[in-house]
Amino acid sequence: MASSNIGPELQRMIDLLAKLPGLGPRSAKRAALHLLNRRDPLMRPLAYAIAEAADKVQACATCGNLDSINPCAVCADPARDRSVICIVESVGDLWAMERAGAHRGTYHVLGGLLSPLDGVGPDDLKIGKLVARASEEGVTEVILALATTVDGQTTAHYVADQLLGKDVSITQLSQGVPVGGELDYLDEGTIAAAMRSRRPT
Amino acid sequence: MEFVDEGFLLAARGHGENHAVAEIFTASHGRWAGLVYGGQGTKMRPLLQQGNRLRATWKGRIADSLGHFALELEEPVAAAHLYDRLALTGLAAACAVAAAALPEREAHPGVYDALRIVIDHLDAPDIWPALLARWELGLLAAIGFGLTLDRCAATGARDDLVYVSPKSAQAVSAAAGEPYSDRLLRLPPFLRGGASLDGASVEEAIDALTLTGYFVETRVFHPSDRTLPDSRMRLVDLLKARVLKPQNENG
Repeated sequence: MASSNIGPELQRMIDLLAKLPGLGPRSAKRAALHLLNRRDPLMRPLAYAIAEAADKVQACATCGNLDSINPCAVCADPARDRSVICIVESVGDLWAMERAGAHRGTYHVLGGLLSPLDGVGPDDLKIGKLVARASEEGVTEVILALATTVDGQTTAHYVADQLLGKDVSITQLSQGVPVGGELDYLDEGTIAAAMRSRRPT
Repeated sequence: MEFVDEGFLLAARGHGENHAVAEIFTASHGRWAGLVYGGQGTKMRPLLQQGNRLRATWKGRIADSLGHFALELEEPVAAAHLYDRLALTGLAAACAVAAAALPEREAHPGVYDALRIVIDHLDAPDIWPALLARWELGLLAAIGFGLTLDRCAATGARDDLVYVSPKSAQAVSAAAGEPYSDRLLRLPPFLRGGASLDGASVEEAIDALTLTGYFVETRVFHPSDRTLPDSRMRLVDLLKARVLKPQNENG
């Protein structure tokens, strides 16, 4: 699909847009056209917002969250309970926990999961920093909020092993039937896990 | 071309934004890879967990193509052992060794059946480490790296075999091996042909896994410049920790 009739600036923009998740060359062209038709209300503000975010957003030196201030808003918030650290895989997971509003402590973003297949070993994750944080005064609990996949649980077990001997309790998210879940539509693995972690009612 | 088979999922890696390439150790077609449409989606991800037993329908336009799998869950093996670190490590280790050692598209029904026995016993921590070592021994034999464990490499004696020579992969009797005991691998009784698994201790299972691990590493992983998978090394560490603290069931 040669497109020599498109100017180099526009072509460059389309090529870059096509690298975004969910966009291919065709949808990138649509997005570019959409932006060009709305220069002032959308295109310039977007360009400015992207440039500003690229300059200012950084990973928090304490927890790894992304924010324009360092330490991030969560770590800087005096109302947060500093004795509880919740370990998540990525910033996306941190946002999901915040959306639920169920955790009032601080976080620690690992930046991935142990995965021999993808060549991710313990040194590629921020585990050493976590161990240092967990040894700090006043930390009483570490919550492992990692994916219930083989990689997620392998990582959880590894992190728990690294924290052995520290004076903290290590807990893990429970697993079971999702809210609004009907048994008929659940996969067998979830039902089996929910059955094992059943509780008296 | 098309076939239906059951098998254990050994590995799955993302392909593009939504799909995945799954490697499955099938019962009668051996290790087989195929594309899984939507393999990174919420519906397929729980299926594509290491160790799960799946019913796989493979379709390819010609026999040589990568083809694609349609998958159904037969047994949620991964979910069943997710919270038991020893069993999960054992499962991951077995899958990693099988994925590296088995030639692609070569049927190994004996190795498959033996792996199934190991996986079926993953909730019995006193038995499966010994079973896993036996399975690895059988796997080595199946791919052409069998050990000679029924007579001594030095004297030809058939009794009292307690060592294995790392060089010749042959058993060595207690008398002949004594002067070199620090350089020989220990051979637990249950690995010798026909000996029963009953009463195999954790220490013997560790010896057995060290023995088979040595040959798996030097025969399977070293030629492609790799070391034993992390999970396989951690398995032996976890078992050793278990010997020190036998009470600590869940670690």
